[in-house]
Amino acid sequence: MAIETPKRVHSEPVVVNIGPQHPSTHGVFRLKATLDGEIIQDVDMLIGYLHRSMEKLAEERTFTQNIPFTDRIDYLAAMSNNLSYCLAVEKLAGIEVPPRGQWLRVLFAELQRIASHAMANGTFVNDCGAWQTPLMYMFREREKILDLFEMTCGARLTTNYMRIGGVAFDPPPELWPALYNLLDEMPERLEEYAALTVDNEIVLARSKGVGVISAEAAVNASLSGPLLRGSGVPWDLRKADPYCVYDQLDFDIPVGRDGDCYDRFRVRLEEVHQSVRILNQVVERIPGGPWQAEVPLHLRPAVGEAYARIESPRGELGFYVVSDGGPTPWRFHCRAPSLINLSALKEMTVGRSLADAIVTLGSIDIVVGEIDR
Amino acid sequence: MTVPLDPQVVADQLRAAVPGSVQHVDEWALIVDPSQLVEVVRFLMGSGLDLSFLASLTAVDRESHFELVYHLQSLDRNHLLTLKTIANDHDTPCVPSLTGEYRGAHLQEREVFDLMGIRFEGHPDLRRMFLWDGFPGYPLRKDFLGMPGTLNAGLPGFPHESGENRWPVPGSSPVIPQS
Repeated sequence: MAIETPKRVHSEPVVVNIGPQHPSTHGVFRLKATLDGEIIQDVDMLIGYLHRSMEKLAEERTFTQNIPFTDRIDYLAAMSNNLSYCLAVEKLAGIEVPPRGQWLRVLFAELQRIASHAMANGTFVNDCGAWQTPLMYMFREREKILDLFEMTCGARLTTNYMRIGGVAFDPPPELWPALYNLLDEMPERLEEYAALTVDNEIVLARSKGVGVISAEAAVNASLSGPLLRGSGVPWDLRKADPYCVYDQLDFDIPVGRDGDCYDRFRVRLEEVHQSVRILNQVVERIPGGPWQAEVPLHLRPAVGEAYARIESPRGELGFYVVSDGGPTPWRFHCRAPSLINLSALKEMTVGRSLADAIVTLGSIDIVVGEIDR
Repeated sequence: MTVPLDPQVVADQLRAAVPGSVQHVDEWALIVDPSQLVEVVRFLMGSGLDLSFLASLTAVDRESHFELVYHLQSLDRNHLLTLKTIANDHDTPCVPSLTGEYRGAHLQEREVFDLMGIRFEGHPDLRRMFLWDGFPGYPLRKDFLGMPGTLNAGLPGFPHESGENRWPVPGSSPVIPQS
């Protein structure tokens, strides 16, 4: 008599706790996974270890004093955060930014995107198991970009460079030769990255078909940035709702097809190419003139509200600012893409192995400072 | 370029589709009755407006009531609507949850519950998110706590600003910046 064996053996569910201090969570982030064998049945995230209550603190400070807080929200893309907040206050107070200020904003926002994507792609490849080497290559260019930031505003990470009505300083003359050098060598460097990672067997085996999310599900879960574009939705706020001077620039939106981790990685890699393309146009066309508008020292925007958003490296970064006519914002809310991109974490990970969840989390590119604020 | 939808035009459509749902229309937003919020959102998602992307969800404490603010975006038609609803009970505010319509509302509603203390009826997993269970109060409410030294949130005015709103600097004579 033949003995029938069940196709799949189930075991007692085991709860595995990943984090809060774990290299794969990219910060102080705790993931509680319920496993059946190696397959994830349920995943829950426990966050708030880095909660600094920025939104409450901002209500006690003037509009200009709040700009440094935005650096600390997403510390890997400080320029983008500065920019989004300044755009919201300018919308609220009706301030026009002079042309050179607008172009400088685009210049630094795109440099920031390259630096942030270098970090995202490097750590993603790290999570896949191609340990450290690609990350170190990508950090080489990130270092050079941070040097440019240091030349311009003295800070490398928390730049506090944008101001309401423009930018704080005109870049020093020595920035331009360094920037030209960087832009000249970037195409070669990007080929190097691609050669290292795109057809890398480790990356392909670990990320193809992992963490899949369909376009409809991605839209319904309010995903944005490379996650949404990786699922095949060509939605980029630089094209869809142009701010600064993006409507005068020529660039494409890279879009994925399958919505898996590999597509998100490829979208980010291609976006760096597009950022280099934008930067080449910016250095050619940047006009002279003032870089900051005349803004009253005692800025009291009229009663009202404004929601301004930009395409940050991580997705739609919005600031919702409400003014009651006083010196401080009545309400200051940050629409944090890192947090909202985690909405679909359960859909992407349940039913797959625990090792795939690590890769999926890496492909979402979370910054815990932005999740917790 | 994303077109901000005129709240008045949407209000006219809503009055026909969901009678009695529109409470107020101002220059920024369309304010609807919380008891009909879910019907309104279903109409906005399904009709030609195609507002299928919940861009942002947050709440504002207006001291007498809470204002829930939803930014709804259409990716295909590229327009944005600011929808609001009012939770009148300031002690135990409660509005219906939109998690059935938008998966993306899940975490944002939890955040609002955690920091502002607004209950979302129908939310499948309404727990505190950033703060721990048992944390006293809801920090983003205006009556939570002021900063040390001030009784109320916010600054009364700028330092060295002339007029009645001058920020008092106790025990020191104000330093006038040389320009």
